[in-house]
Amino acid sequence: MLRLVVTRLLLGLLVMWVVSVLVFAATEILPGDVAQAVLGQGITPEAAANIRERLGLNDPAYLRYFDWLGGLLSGDLGHSLASNFAIADEVADRLGNTLWLAGLAALISVPLAVTLGLVAAVHADTLLDRGISIGTLCFISVPEFFTAAVLVYFLAVKLQWLPPLAYVSQDPALGERLEALALPVATLTFAVLAHMARMTQTAVLNVMSSAYIEQAILKGASRIHIILHHALPNALAPIINVIALNLAYLVSGVIVVETIFNYPGLADYLVQSVAYRDIPVVQTVGMIFCATYVGLNMLADILAILANPRLRHPR
Amino acid sequence: MTDSANAEKSGFLARHPLTPTAITGIAIIGFWVVVALFGPLVAPYADSDIITDISFAPAGEIGLLGTDYLGRDVLSRIIYGARMTMGLALAATLLSFSTGITLGFTAAVLGGWTDSVLSRINDAIMAFPSIILALLVIAALGTSIPILVITVALIDATRVFRLSRVLALDVSVMDFVDAARARGEGLWWITFREILPNTVAPLTAEFGIRFTFAILFIAALSFLGLGVQPPTADWGSMVRENLQGLLFGSTAALLPAASVASLTVGINLIVDWFLKRLSGPVATEMMR
Repeated sequence: MLRLVVTRLLLGLLVMWVVSVLVFAATEILPGDVAQAVLGQGITPEAAANIRERLGLNDPAYLRYFDWLGGLLSGDLGHSLASNFAIADEVADRLGNTLWLAGLAALISVPLAVTLGLVAAVHADTLLDRGISIGTLCFISVPEFFTAAVLVYFLAVKLQWLPPLAYVSQDPALGERLEALALPVATLTFAVLAHMARMTQTAVLNVMSSAYIEQAILKGASRIHIILHHALPNALAPIINVIALNLAYLVSGVIVVETIFNYPGLADYLVQSVAYRDIPVVQTVGMIFCATYVGLNMLADILAILANPRLRHPR
Repeated sequence: MTDSANAEKSGFLARHPLTPTAITGIAIIGFWVVVALFGPLVAPYADSDIITDISFAPAGEIGLLGTDYLGRDVLSRIIYGARMTMGLALAATLLSFSTGITLGFTAAVLGGWTDSVLSRINDAIMAFPSIILALLVIAALGTSIPILVITVALIDATRVFRLSRVLALDVSVMDFVDAARARGEGLWWITFREILPNTVAPLTAEFGIRFTFAILFIAALSFLGLGVQPPTADWGSMVRENLQGLLFGSTAALLPAASVASLTVGINLIVDWFLKRLSGPVATEMMR
């Protein structure tokens, strides 16, 4: 098992390296170069030469790649083209906000999703199961901005219970933070909840169709007993896997949610920088998102290996 | 060939009658297809006509569904937006299917290093969170409709590649493919006459899934301001433009968001119905 885990870890590192090369290569496929992209139409040769000098664009690509990677690993993230501020400072300011948003969404959605999935599996082929199934299907299908717009329209505008925008001051008190986060967290929760509940249900039902469960049914055990004591332990590996995969989904989810609510997080920074074509910021922040995503996917696989008795003793 | 496929299809419907949820899905999609095809003929205004200087007029007062932030008719823009959003998503899905299936089948049939190279490239692209990949491409190349369609198609194609490769691997070990090889049929024949007809059902379901993904993805990018650019009417960018109005109780942002939601729910209702009636491990895998 240790060998499996180490192999998966090494593979994860390899994937991260490949991703970093591709993220860096994004600048190399620019028509012209960064200098041209920044200055646009009104480019003078002197200004272009100036920027090239400042960004070290005269060096060969592989040197710049290692410079960039070395900087990333040592915490020197470079400077924004648009504002010339250090990217590291901006990231430090915003990272906490994003972690609050994603963390709270995960904290609420994981237990809720597993419960819903189990309830649907226990009551398979009843009205309750059909209700949950259609509900989760709908929430999987709708875009985050629809959920958000509906929540804002009814809860913030019509009923005026919550603020419509997630404005947070520097170092807000807990109460202020939670109030600002209520709607963004709810939006994100709905999006992930549906995926997780559905996959949990599928995982449990898959186990339920195996022979030893049939044996338990013939023995006369109750359905709840069978699910909790016989099916759940064996469905744990796929469920843990589903949870980790959906945490990775949060990485994409925050992009739209932060934009809707004007929430000053990392994703909001990334989207703004893409609009300004602030390439150094896009590369660095994009890499942070990719690394988190690759890391969580790796975690999903490793947890699945650890939780699966059959994989613990490979033949 | 076509006759037997048709017979199988009508047999499929006879064996699995439509459920109320599937009928709802078909009705929703039918509605939006008609709107996209013929709506612009009957739309009260053109999509970029400014009909009043009142922003965010409520529904019913000016125009049937009110006006947007520039005083344009929301109903007309939703109608034109249906054509834009569905058209772009369909283009992206068709592109992703033609490339994904061709490369997936090629990898499976040729095997060896062709398979290894194609699969590793595919893995590398799939290692990215899709939206971040799209943001990187857009940051590098700028926004335009061709870039938008190609980016979404590229991301979709990786999923189609993976599925069609696995499907083709399953089919290509069957006796009738061996028989075709023994007859001395070429690669082209084996791929399109032997393998493709036997993978139609799961690929049809996948088409629905990928089409939904393309709609949601294009809408999300337009919502972020990185997709379809103003003044073109598109559901995602309409939500973005009118988001401020939501705070004053205007439904100009809510309606296009609801349009996207209804369309994608409609498609998924049908896909779900179809998948539950497909047997075999592939269908179980795809339902997850």
